[in-house]
Amino acid sequence: MASGVKPRVKVPKTAAAGEAVVIKTLISHEMESGQRKDKEGKVIPRSIINRFTCDFNGQNVIDVTLEPAISTNPYFQFEATVPETGEFVFTWHDDDGSVYEDKQSITVG
Amino acid sequence: MKRLHMALLAALVSASPVLADEEAELVINGDLHIVTRAPAAPHLEGHLDEVISGWVFRSDETQALQMDDFDNPGMVFVDRAMEVWNTVDGSEGKSCASCHNDPAESMKGIRAVYPKWVESAKEVRGIPAQVNDCRENRMGAKPWKYEGNEMAEMEALITLQSRGMTVDVAIDGPAQSTWERGKEIYYTRYGQLELSCANCHENNFGNMIRADHLSQGQINGFPAYRLKNTKLNTVHDRFKGCVRDTRGVPFKPGGAEFTALELYVASRGNGLMIEGPSVRN
Repeated sequence: MASGVKPRVKVPKTAAAGEAVVIKTLISHEMESGQRKDKEGKVIPRSIINRFTCDFNGQNVIDVTLEPAISTNPYFQFEATVPETGEFVFTWHDDDGSVYEDKQSITVG
Repeated sequence: MKRLHMALLAALVSASPVLADEEAELVINGDLHIVTRAPAAPHLEGHLDEVISGWVFRSDETQALQMDDFDNPGMVFVDRAMEVWNTVDGSEGKSCASCHNDPAESMKGIRAVYPKWVESAKEVRGIPAQVNDCRENRMGAKPWKYEGNEMAEMEALITLQSRGMTVDVAIDGPAQSTWERGKEIYYTRYGQLELSCANCHENNFGNMIRADHLSQGQINGFPAYRLKNTKLNTVHDRFKGCVRDTRGVPFKPGGAEFTALELYVASRGNGLMIEGPSVRN
C-alpha cells in the first residue's frame, strides 16, 4: 500500500468557448518499479499508478497507461479544448486497486 | 593576425555555454516579486558590491520551475510537512499545531531572522535546533536528524511563511562572536584542494567550475529542491557537500562550526529575499 498519495490538479477557472487550456496534474506517489531489492535482497513488490484518465462532462480527454519505468510523482501536462462550462474529472488507478479522484470546474463565458 | 582573430572568436564562442538569462526577474505565481539582486550589506565592504541570489545563475528551465508553485517540486514536500505539523507525536500527546496553531501566522518572519541568538539556550541556533528542542522538551518525541528529510521538509514549511521577506539576520550583540567565528571559517582553506568558501563564491562567482556555473553561495533559497537528488536539501547538508568537494572532512551538521558558518553566510545575504523552497540543480 502506497502511503502519502495526494493528487494535485491545476486548471484555469475560466476560458473562452473552444479555447485550448493547459492542464497540469501531479500525483505524489512512490512508483515502486518492482525491480529494486531491499537490504535483505528481497524484491520490493511493484506498486505504481498504472492508469491516468481525464474526462470532461463525461467525454474522455486523455487516457494514459503508465509503466514501471515512470519516475516518482508522475506529472502530466496537456491541453484540452473546452467547448462549454463543465467539470474535469481526473482519476489515477493504483496497483493496489485504489482509485484517486479529483474534480475541477471551469466556466466558459 | 587573422588567425589570432579566429582563435579569439573561437574562445569567445566556447566560453559562452548555455547560461541563464541573468537579467531575468523572479516572479512567483505571477504576483510575488522577489528581489534577486541587492546592494551588499555594509560588513561586506571590500568583498562584494552586490549580492545575487543563486536563482540568477541557474538555467532558464530551472528558473522557470521556481516561478510556479505547481511546477516547484519542493511544494510536494511542504504539503507533507503540513500533515506532520498536524500529527501528534511523542509522549506529551502534542503536535506542532497544538501550540503553534496555523504556521501561516505563527511562523511568519521566522526564516528571515534565523540563525539567531536564543537567550534561553545562551547560543546561536538555526531553525532545526529549535524544532528539535520543541520535539524533545515539549512533545516528548525523538529528535530528527539535523539535516535529514523530515527536518528539511519541516524547515521548508516554516520557510515558506517568510517567502518574499527580506533576509535580516542580526550580527551584533550576543551573536557577534559566533558571527566572527563563521567569518573565519568562510575564509579558511579546507581539504586537500585547499579551498575556502570565498575562493569559489566570492572570488569566482559567475565563472564556470567545470560544468557548473558558480553562484555566490547565498542561502536565502534554502531548503532547496535539488534536481540532482530530487529532494529538499538543508543548508548544513549543502555545507557538508561543499567541504567534501574540497576533499576535506566536513564539520558535523548542527554543530557549532556549521551553525556559525550558517549565520555568517546568511548575513552575506542580508537584503535579498527568502525564496525557499527554491529549485536548484
